This record gives sequence, structure tokens and C-alpha cells, in this order.
Amino acid sequence: MNEKRIVIDDKKINRRRMYNKTGQVLFFLSTVFGMIVLATLLVRIFTQGFDYLNWDFLTSYASRRPEDAGIKAAIAGTVWVMGITIPVSLVLGVGTALYLEEYAAKNKFTHFIELNLSNLAGVPSIVFGLLGLTVFVRTFAMGRSILAGGLTMSLLILPIIVVASKESIRSIPQEQYEAAYAMGATKWQIIKTVVLPAATPGILTGAILSLSRAVGETASLLMIGAMAFIAYLPDSIFSSFTVLPIQIFNWAGRPQAAFQSVAAAGSIVLLVILIAMNSVAIIIRNKYTKRY
Amino acid sequence: MKMNRPVKYGTVLSMTLLLAACGNETADGGTAEGGSSDVSGSVQVDGSSTVFPIMEAVAEEFSMTYPDIQATIGVSGTGGGMEKFIAGETDISNASRPMKEEEADLLEEAGIEYTEFQLALDGLSVVVNPENDWVDYLTLEELKMIWLDDSDVDTWADVREGWPDEEILLFSPGTDSGTYDYFDEIILDGEQIDREATLSEDDNVLVQGTAGSRNALAYFGYAYYAENQDTVKIVPIENSAGEAVTPDDVTVQDGSYEPLSRPLFFYLKNESAAENDAVYEFAKYTIEMSGDMATEVGYVALDDAIYEENLELLEALR
Repeated sequence: MNEKRIVIDDKKINRRRMYNKTGQVLFFLSTVFGMIVLATLLVRIFTQGFDYLNWDFLTSYASRRPEDAGIKAAIAGTVWVMGITIPVSLVLGVGTALYLEEYAAKNKFTHFIELNLSNLAGVPSIVFGLLGLTVFVRTFAMGRSILAGGLTMSLLILPIIVVASKESIRSIPQEQYEAAYAMGATKWQIIKTVVLPAATPGILTGAILSLSRAVGETASLLMIGAMAFIAYLPDSIFSSFTVLPIQIFNWAGRPQAAFQSVAAAGSIVLLVILIAMNSVAIIIRNKYTKRY
Repeated sequence: MKMNRPVKYGTVLSMTLLLAACGNETADGGTAEGGSSDVSGSVQVDGSSTVFPIMEAVAEEFSMTYPDIQATIGVSGTGGGMEKFIAGETDISNASRPMKEEEADLLEEAGIEYTEFQLALDGLSVVVNPENDWVDYLTLEELKMIWLDDSDVDTWADVREGWPDEEILLFSPGTDSGTYDYFDEIILDGEQIDREATLSEDDNVLVQGTAGSRNALAYFGYAYYAENQDTVKIVPIENSAGEAVTPDDVTVQDGSYEPLSRPLFFYLKNESAAENDAVYEFAKYTIEMSGDMATEVGYVALDDAIYEENLELLEALR
């Protein structure tokens, strides 16, 4: 024990220890607070919604009777919207990131673009909804279709995908570029053989995380008019649609208490999908990051 | 890299297939020949969230009788639905208030002809907390003074002598709802509602607010009162005959609960009804079924004669 030997510092040491202890308690409480709120939410949703959760719930359409209500149309809508959002946002997002990192000159203009990208990532989703409504639904006359919804979603998560991809590309060691250049590789060959393989885990992790945000997104699709009763499956990208979070929102606003339970059951399904998507992101990260 | 390729190309391949699959489809077709249940096509309905439960119930039954007709019932609020109706995006627009003059003007400008149909009745219910044992009834004048922004009434004691000197907490549906518009017009003559009132588009929030405070006063659709009779207390409202009446199936239908009984509407685009069999069948089905469906989801049916008249109105459009 040191304190016996250095008597002079006794007071300071005690004070530092006190700070340390206070910090520890505070941070512990912060963690516990978050956990308790999360646990309350989960317990509430599960106790309330579990009774309504069965195969029929997944395979029937919405209904005026809570016991008959199901989320078939909402699940189908979510899958179709993602079918548009995933390719569009990945192609555009990764393309933008590659251009900005690999091709574009580092000048004021590209700096301006990058600044705007970071800003866009923080714009409330309802604003993207308004944009989607005016541009896709009205100007391009796509109507309240899956296509319009999917494209709006792509816009919403595009900034996040670009930023994540840029970070991922930027973390590739300079030596690898130099090695490739030394072999006489062109820019495209470098992108194909060095940049993309090395950056894929980062890009995919960012993409899946932002896609799970899109799956849970409500506000922007409300603007497009995806809040609806639909008793058929979409047959093309021009069909009307509804998605899981909106169906849940719809049920939560009903006067009948039983619909609150149906909403809870819907939340469980949404939670399971989100957990599955996030797990895929973790698996990809763990599997591929080891190589560099 | 070897691990990477299959994943990468697999993703690209599946995307291509998906896009290709999408590309082959065509947009939803228009009308089909013939009557009865082999009609196919699509119907776009949007509008009031108050009317939505009735329309949802109708559409649920409809989709079983006419499996080939795709009916979409949106919820954009009465005003939001009207915007889409004016933009020509919908065939039918639900409304929990009559169409406004400016909306009618815009429709005329757009060259859209329409027909108004009454669908059901709703009794706007004024409620207080169950612990509130002093309010026995309210007159329209008292309601107006309580809700008006520009008035001296802040506490219950200001409303009537002998009531507690405690501030009234007001809860109202949001400004996007037809419910708000109707109350504002009928009770406040269109003047500014008390700025201290809590506004929410979610009526369950109003129920919870009222249940949570002794001094709360709220109004909302009858269905929300009917489902929450244990947590909130209804206030009888004095009608023009001087009787204090509470809303129920009888008083709303026979008109003695007034002026807070309101008709619910749907507006039908004439052109769609004339040219699109799917829309015609849907409108007909709605008129035939809405009375039963309204009762089932917590509203009040109209007199049968009105539904008969509505059917004749619809036939005249063909």
C-alpha cells in the first residue's frame, strides 16, 4: 500500500478516488437507466402482444375485428419497398463514395458536397417524405406506389450509406494502393481488386444498419400516403402498399383496447426483423474484418 | 477475397432479377367488362381518419365478394384526403365534415365533378374525468366560453358559481382532423380555440389525458367514448330545445343530440363512377353496407331511407 509511504498526497489521492467512484456510479446508473427503459418496453410489448402472435396473424390481412387482424399486406409491402430501396441506395451510395474518395479532386466543391452529405444525414425523415411526395408522387406521377416509397426511402438512407462507405474506403492502408499502382493497375482495377474487397465489410455493415432504420421508418412514408387498408398483395412496383411500422401506428390509434394488443404483436414481428437484420450486420463484420 | 465474391455477385444477381421481374409488370389496368363479382380493377380511397374504421370494415367485406378488385383505403385526414381528391389521385374521398368552399372551388378549377354521400353519424362526445362530480351538464354558451381563446374563463368557478376554483385542462383533436374543424365551427363559430389546449392527432392521447387529470375536459368521436366508458365520464350537452342530452345510438340518430351530432361523408368522383366498374361496385357496396359496418365499429347508422336515396343518386351517375 502506497498511502502510508507518501503521506503528503493522502488528501489528493482520496479526492481522486472519490471522483473515480462517483464517475463509476454515475455511468453505471446511466447504463441501468437505459436497460430498465428498454426492458420495460420489451416486457410491455411481449406481455401485451404475445397472445395475438400466431401463424394466422402473419398470414391474414388487416381486419376490423382485432382477433382476425393480420399483417400479411404490411410484411409484403415492407419486402417490396426494400426490394427497391436496397439496390438503389447501394448502387448510388457506394458509387458516390467511390467517386468522392477515389476520383474527385479534393477542392472546395467536393468539400462542400461532403459537408452537405453529413448535414443530410441529420435531416428529419418527414422532410424526405415531403420531397418524395412532391418529386416522385406528384412530378413524376408515380402515385402512392411502392416505387415512390422505395425511392424516397433510398434518398433517406443514402447519406448514411455514403458516409459509412467513405469511412470504410478511407481506412484502407495507403500501402495497398501503392502496391497496386506499382503493378501498373488502373484506377478501376484498383477499385475492383483492392478497394471494394477491403471496404465491403464496412460498407455492408453501414448499409444493413441504415436499411434497418428504413424498415422501421414511418414518418416519410406517411407523407407518401402508405397508411392504408389493403387486402391484396402488391403485384407490381406501381401497386399501393403499406408497411409494418405504419400498420402498427394505425392500430395503436384505434379506440378498442384489443387493437393495442394487435399493435404490440406487430411490434414484436418488427423487432424480430430488426434484430435479424442487425445480426446479419454483426456476422458480416466479424467474418470479413479479420482479413485486414 | 474468395469468400467475398459469391456474396457480392449473389447480391448483384438477385437485384438484377428483382429489377427484371419488376420491369415486366405493367401498371394496374383500368376497367373490365361486365357486372357482378368478376369485375376487376382498382379503387383509390383516402381521407378522414374518423371515417377510416367504417371504410376499412366495408373494404374487408368487399374484398371477399370481389376478390379481383384492389381497393386501397388511405388515411390522410379529411383535409389531406381532399388535397389528393383535388389532385385527381383518388376516386373516393372520406370526410368527417362537409366539403369547404375553397375545396369545392379548387375541384371546379380542376374540372372534377363529384357527388356527396352521407355514410353514417358520429356524436362528438364531451367528456371529463370520472372524479369530476360537479359538472352535471354544459350549455353551448358555456362550452364556447371554456374553449374560446379570447375569453375570461380559466377555472371551473368561472363557468358556474359553486364549481371548484381550479384551472380547466383542455384536450382537443389536432387541427388536421375534421373533428377539430367541426367543433371549431359549431361551438366557436370558427374563432381561435384556447391556445393552452393540448392538441393531439391521436385520440387515445386525449382519452389518457382526460383519465389522468381531475380537471380535464376533452371532446372526440363517439367510438372513443364508447370504448372508454370506465375511464372517462360523458357530459350531457344542452340542445336547442333546452334538454341536456348524452350521445347514444338513439339520440344521435333521431337528431336530439345536437348540434354535436355530425354526419360523416364520402365524396365520389362522378367520372370514376361512370367509367370504372370497380369504383361503381365499391361505392354501391359502401352505401349498402355502411350502416351495419358503422354500428359495428362504434358509430351510428343513418335512417334506411337515406341509404335508399344514396343508391338512387349513384345509379343516376351511370
